Amino acid sequence: MAYFEMAKTVLKSLFSRPATLMYPAKPAKKSPLTRGHVTISPDGCITCRSCQRKCPTQAICVEVKEKTWQIDRLRCIVCNCCVEVCPTKCLLMDTQYTAAMTAREGIYKVTVAGPKKKEPAPAAEKKE
Amino acid sequence: MSKQITVPFGPQHPVLPEPIHLDLVLEDERVVDVIPSIGYVHRGLEKLVEKREYPEYIYVAERICGICSYIHSNTYAECVEQIMKIEVPERAQYLRTIWSEYSRLHSHLLWLGLFADGMGFESVFMNAWKLREHILDDMEATTGGRVIQGVCKVGGVRRDITPEKLDEMVKGLKALEPAFRDLTDVFLKDASVSHRLRGVGILQQGDAYTMGAVGPTARASGVAIDLRQTGYNAYDRINFKPVVEHDGDCYARCAVRAKELFTSVDIIEQCVKKMTEGPVDVKVTGAPDGEYFARAEQPRGEVVHYIKGNGKRNLVRHRVRTPTFTNIPPLVTLLKGCELADVPMIVLSIDPCVGCAER
Repeated sequence: MAYFEMAKTVLKSLFSRPATLMYPAKPAKKSPLTRGHVTISPDGCITCRSCQRKCPTQAICVEVKEKTWQIDRLRCIVCNCCVEVCPTKCLLMDTQYTAAMTAREGIYKVTVAGPKKKEPAPAAEKKE
Repeated sequence: MSKQITVPFGPQHPVLPEPIHLDLVLEDERVVDVIPSIGYVHRGLEKLVEKREYPEYIYVAERICGICSYIHSNTYAECVEQIMKIEVPERAQYLRTIWSEYSRLHSHLLWLGLFADGMGFESVFMNAWKLREHILDDMEATTGGRVIQGVCKVGGVRRDITPEKLDEMVKGLKALEPAFRDLTDVFLKDASVSHRLRGVGILQQGDAYTMGAVGPTARASGVAIDLRQTGYNAYDRINFKPVVEHDGDCYARCAVRAKELFTSVDIIEQCVKKMTEGPVDVKVTGAPDGEYFARAEQPRGEVVHYIKGNGKRNLVRHRVRTPTFTNIPPLVTLLKGCELADVPMIVLSIDPCVGCAER
């Protein structure tokens, strides 16, 4: 080890920016691929239940009759399976993590549009 | 003869964040016997295989461990692929190798930090984790997860990396290498560190072999077993030598891990050079019917995944033998005859990961 190694390190540490981020004040670093949490745009959901079937932790529950889509955020392991399998692309992956929560707050339930029946061209409708 | 007393060590202990319990039988300050017991974080993940379909179970398999997560999913996928005779595309094999080595880098840096913290060297702990953050950033940018990548799937990988990003990753690693060198010099050359580690907890070569030590614990005792040489993923096309030390003490185990950082960087560089364009996954239909053992080299040593399927979407059996589990008998041998003050360092030196040992 060279002389003044410690002095160099001390000076560098004194005059450089901290290696950490001031987290809640500054947003955390995120890449476009980051899996933060699953969101849904309720208009697009046709209650096909593919996401429910593919979910490895059974966090998603779709009620076809009541037209609701529910996710238990504390069960969800954010694996991106449901987003990939969704035929109408109405499930999206948000890059931000959810805040700490209690078990009851973890359940997120929305009323969705449900299957589209009477439209003459359902294929074109689905792509939106 | 002095009186024997039993001192409980763990599952909660300041130097050891892992929930392992050791009953240390002491004579004065010397350990004469050790009774290990595990079972504090059992989650029953192997049983869960009966309830989940095999392509989805890979996300559960990945969560067996929070540190060497990627390699668990890779080995599980390899098992299924071997049963179903799926040929993984070459690019996917290289990508799997790159991510395996990234996970080794981050695990070793984490361990070097924890080891430094264990001997009271807190600034090195901070430094090691600062370097690890760069590795995690790259993993997040390429896979979407920091430690749980979720990028491996049966039949290939879920994401490709663009050539620009690959170049950037290699450049980033090359830029980090001097910092790795500075960090490992502390462990390898510093007088106080080697005073603390040299001659502590010596595992003889014969003991390491017969007790079934794996990974860096075995390699530090001169047993040159590195599962990467069996050539799974793209390792058969990569030129590398396993790091072997012969002293078998804590210093040697630390040195093996420190030197493996550079091997990993080298392997990633070779992968990027040799990679060809092409698809990253193949379509998988049907279900596995048969059984297979797959082995892989984790940062902690050899992991064995065994699966058995009966042609249905749900597998019948999944069995994992993790490196920490096999390293417990050598640990007991190591601890017999050592001083009580050396126990934390010796336990840390095998890099215990009890979360994966119990699943």
